[in-house]
Amino acid sequence: MKNSNYIIELSNLSKSFGDKKVLDDVSLYIKKGEFVTILGPSGCGKTTLLRILAGFSKADEGEIHIAGESITDVPPHERPVNTVFQRYALFPHLNVFDNIAFGLKLKKVKQDEIDLRVRKALKMVGMTDYEWRDVNSLSGGQQQRVAIARAIVNRPQVLLLDEPLAALDLKMRKDMQMELKDMHKTLGITFVYVTHDQEEALTLSDTIVVMSEGRVQQIGTPTDIYNEPSNSFVADFIGESNILNGTMIRDKVVKFMNREFDCVDVGFGEQIPVDVVIRPEDVYIMAKSDSGMFDGVVQSCIFKGVHYEMTVLTPDGYEIMIQDYNAFEVGQEVSMIVKPSDIHVMQKERICNTFEGVMSDATHIKMLGSEFLCNEQKDIVGGEKVIVEVNFDKIDLLDNKEDGQTVGDVRFILYKGDHYHLTVRTEEGDNLYVDTHDVWDDRDIVGIRIMPEDMRITRV
Amino acid sequence: MKRFFAQAYLWLLLAMLYAPILIIAIFSFTEAKVLGNWTGFSTKLYTSLFSGGVHHSLLSAIENTFIIAIIAATLSTILGSVAAIGIYNLRAHKKMVMNTLNNIPMLNPDIITGISLFLLFVSLGITQGYTTVILAHVTFCTPYVVLCVITRLQQMNPNIYEAALDLGATPYQALRKVIIPEIKPGMISGFILAFTLSIDDFAVTIFTIGTGGLETLSTYIYADARKGGLTPELRPLSTIIFVTVLVLLIIINVRSARAKKRKEATL
Repeated sequence: MKNSNYIIELSNLSKSFGDKKVLDDVSLYIKKGEFVTILGPSGCGKTTLLRILAGFSKADEGEIHIAGESITDVPPHERPVNTVFQRYALFPHLNVFDNIAFGLKLKKVKQDEIDLRVRKALKMVGMTDYEWRDVNSLSGGQQQRVAIARAIVNRPQVLLLDEPLAALDLKMRKDMQMELKDMHKTLGITFVYVTHDQEEALTLSDTIVVMSEGRVQQIGTPTDIYNEPSNSFVADFIGESNILNGTMIRDKVVKFMNREFDCVDVGFGEQIPVDVVIRPEDVYIMAKSDSGMFDGVVQSCIFKGVHYEMTVLTPDGYEIMIQDYNAFEVGQEVSMIVKPSDIHVMQKERICNTFEGVMSDATHIKMLGSEFLCNEQKDIVGGEKVIVEVNFDKIDLLDNKEDGQTVGDVRFILYKGDHYHLTVRTEEGDNLYVDTHDVWDDRDIVGIRIMPEDMRITRV
Repeated sequence: MKRFFAQAYLWLLLAMLYAPILIIAIFSFTEAKVLGNWTGFSTKLYTSLFSGGVHHSLLSAIENTFIIAIIAATLSTILGSVAAIGIYNLRAHKKMVMNTLNNIPMLNPDIITGISLFLLFVSLGITQGYTTVILAHVTFCTPYVVLCVITRLQQMNPNIYEAALDLGATPYQALRKVIIPEIKPGMISGFILAFTLSIDDFAVTIFTIGTGGLETLSTYIYADARKGGLTPELRPLSTIIFVTVLVLLIIINVRSARAKKRKEATL
């Protein structure tokens, strides 16, 4: 796996805090000079990954190489990386000059060279003439500039940035984004940038790494990630999207909303369940006419500055989000067109729930941290390990958690046009995937019930 | 009218609090042997306090008090700061336990601390004297230093230690160049607090001072008062100590007010 193109090689990193697995077998290869963004919601493990790279935290398993050398067990002060922290982390007792010179002084660089390099770093971040200022007297944006100067003055091979702009206001953030991009071009070093802001990631990066629940979901250029999301999580997290259940009839034909559409995707096979993603700006909307591919009635219309955002309900009960420069009144009948190239088909990660369990006796099964009643199993004896399959829509979620056979909390909500697809995690850490028409909120605690007749039990 | 009563109440309370010390201060400027007699303004008691000779034992008690206070405050500042850094880096649950364990000795009555230390020294066979008094003072001063330093650590940006490591500092360099400068105000406050607590202490000292003739100010005054009547020179002495403590307290308060202002300015 030695490849001189890669400056950073992270192989099979795993990390747990107590029972909670925050990184699950993460591998990542970063090319020299790349601007890589690690993107994900809070708690997805992105900051942990950066901290492991900087050396503040140790992975339980896995290897880290920088420039071909293993640094898995190298302490942070000996690693060829520097970090820009979210809350700046400037040294309050030192002025701007001494903050920036901190690393150089430790390396015993000559005083006149220190002077030169600090001035150059300050110029680079647009803070010339600030060297004798007290860091506490600077604004948030200025402090972050000093923090960036303090890191780049050491000429690291890799610059790590941990949500560096999160504490700044919107206008300042936009300006700093452009400056960071310029700085990356000028310095020519590798940037590893962590953020939860998808727009920021799309603006800045050469490569985006989307993470969720401690796993890498997709790696690709901003255009790839936006146009060709690899799963429904990525499609939902990056930008707005309509995600619907569909069936791949054959190559280039997909059925969803009870209608067949032409598309450009091939190689899925025939009659295969898939997820279909359509970006709201890719749906063309017009007053009701025969030339439309499908019809609907406008449910809401909101002005968003550049465009209008509308929801349209089809006669079959699917809700579609549409962005267009023209507004259509609520209640108006409209027709829609979607180009084949704008229909994006994704392989479904799963088509039903699969649980591991153990038979207690012929009519009871232990799984998901609880005991469930099941139909009598003739040829499976107690103590045998089994696999249980349950369809998404056969799991009931109950308000009162005592009514269910086990308890979980709602982790991820995906709207599929006519129903919600929820990820529910039990206290033991098992994930259940549930289709429902009921509205639940993120982190709701729910009771979980599965009827005996809905379980398909097979011996391992 | 309501305002008048509110004001009057406040002044009455302050008068009650400060009357005793005010009376001592006033009567330190007269020569009368008995407290309460005014025989005209004089600073003779102040001069005779420092002229030595007659009051040699009083002066040596003052000297002992200050030497013990400086040594005890220095030792507890070092111990307390190290402990505070340790506690700060513990995980949430252990941190809570350690903070509680640190607070108990501060709430424990001095007399109990004194007796238990006395028994400890006796059972260990340590001869009581200078060393035992200093050890005892370090024991009850250290928790206060821990409290001062840990407050300072909690106000610190938790990333600055890592930032120092990231810039190439070894853990020791990061401690010396970043953490210590950050907690220095807390260490100074802790030192001043420990110093005043040590000077002030009687209950613990009397149990640990032994019978070798060592006296601190508080034990000297106690013995003096039991012999019948207070030496008049104690009046100027009390006044001086009060003023010293007052000045130290003002310094601590001004420092913490400034630190707070500085912190607000950064936010």
